Amino acid sequence: MGCSHIEISGVGKVFKAGQRELVALKDITLSIPSGQFTCLLGPSGCGKSTLLNAIAGFALPTSGAITVDGRAVTGPGPERGMVFQEYALFPWMTVEQNVAFGMEIKGMARRDIGQRVDQLLAMLSLSDFRQRFPKDLSGGMRQRVAIARVLALDSPIMLMDEPFGALDALTRHNLQDELLRIWAELGKTIIFVTHSIEEALYLADRIVVMTYRPGTVKRDLLVDLERARDAAAPEFNALKRELGALVMEEQQRHHTDELRMAALD
Amino acid sequence: MNHAKWRQIAVGMVVPATVIALWQAVAQLGWVNPQVLPAPLAVVEKWVAYLLPLAPYSEGSWLAWAVSGELIVDSIGSMYRVAAGFLIGAALALPLGLAMGASEGVYAWFNPLVQLLRPIPPIAYIPLAILWFGLGNPPAVFLIALGAFFPVLMNTIAGVRHVDGIYLRAARNLGAGRRTMFLRVILPAAVPYILSGVRIGIGTAFIVVIVSEMIAVNNGLGFRILEAREYFWSDKIMAGMITIGMLGLAIDIGMNRLNNYLLRWHRGLEN
Repeated sequence: MGCSHIEISGVGKVFKAGQRELVALKDITLSIPSGQFTCLLGPSGCGKSTLLNAIAGFALPTSGAITVDGRAVTGPGPERGMVFQEYALFPWMTVEQNVAFGMEIKGMARRDIGQRVDQLLAMLSLSDFRQRFPKDLSGGMRQRVAIARVLALDSPIMLMDEPFGALDALTRHNLQDELLRIWAELGKTIIFVTHSIEEALYLADRIVVMTYRPGTVKRDLLVDLERARDAAAPEFNALKRELGALVMEEQQRHHTDELRMAALD
Repeated sequence: MNHAKWRQIAVGMVVPATVIALWQAVAQLGWVNPQVLPAPLAVVEKWVAYLLPLAPYSEGSWLAWAVSGELIVDSIGSMYRVAAGFLIGAALALPLGLAMGASEGVYAWFNPLVQLLRPIPPIAYIPLAILWFGLGNPPAVFLIALGAFFPVLMNTIAGVRHVDGIYLRAARNLGAGRRTMFLRVILPAAVPYILSGVRIGIGTAFIVVIVSEMIAVNNGLGFRILEAREYFWSDKIMAGMITIGMLGLAIDIGMNRLNNYLLRWHRGLEN
């Protein structure tokens, strides 16, 4: 189960809406080594999800290139598994069917699928819920299933789009720990989008702070705090303050821009 | 069944019981001509007579004799037409609806014709149905199929078109090809819409069967009501109508069960 290395070079993304052009991403260059846990951090509208979708292959960039292990990204693929904020579980499939779906697409043998499903459900403490439908699960449980579904693909890269954004604080913390455990055990390359500074600091090896419109890299920071991290430690808080100031600047620009747009309408 | 449920049933019986009591009183007091409004007891009596075999049991299969009553033969005749017409209509509508929903091209080809034909009520096809299919079951089945076709078609198209984009993205991310995407994502996601189309289609089939039996066949509940009118048997007309009501209710309950089973994964469907 290898990891993968992602090269993002000079990536830009322009959305056209009628006459207006919106530059969502501008000249983003990042090199993400295998096994790194990277957080894209910024206020809403900074293009962090747009960048993630470009890496996932859902919406390709309008300029620049993204390569994974030297191969250009031209569309979505199971080697870049995605965990969505809204879970995106198939509601007509039970927990185990959701987890097995990707492996069935791959054409794995029935018996292997069964074994792997058992293993993944155990890993994410879902074994008692295998016959349930997503509607009968809490948000935290659903996101566990979504993570299991991506792990089932054995993809070297996991892309996560504010996966814990809709969860309550305790569940969120619980899943953060679980994710770190899985990451340590399986060694995935993870790109994780969030607007929570604390979440980024708790999880990431590296934090990329993005600017509000156009989205560019404002700060690219390696977090060398020892794991497991303590959110109450002074070094943690020093970094939190520093990042907070950076994000706040962009949040301020976002706010001013919204006021300006409101005045235009 | 618990106390609350019995109470609910009791409350539900109050209005029908009152209406029937008033009706019986009006009839018994001789305020109206019994040929215009027969007493409820007379209707029940007629319904039982209509249900029972015409001749006393003599020989042969006992079961065949027991179901030889007019009402049973009529009900089987009507239900057969509903089933055959609905199955033909739905079997044609479903694949076309899936294709029109999934492909812009197919939609562009067929939509203008569909939009033109859809507002024409099946009843308007009666003269053509007789001209094309003669008398008997074929024109009736044709009209019923027509009545079931459009609701199933329109809902299937809508169901396929309204599949939430997030499921498509998730499936593409998992590596789903076109075939898997269609069979395992788009189709199941469209099932709630398709089932509501099926429900409307069966309702329409039920309306059309009664009308079509009034013109082209010589059994069935619709035929019997019309026949009873010729002889001024208003109690038999009502007995026929009650039977139609009961069959409709039974079909609806059956559909509801099927719905709840097929959509057991669906949010907000817990009854």
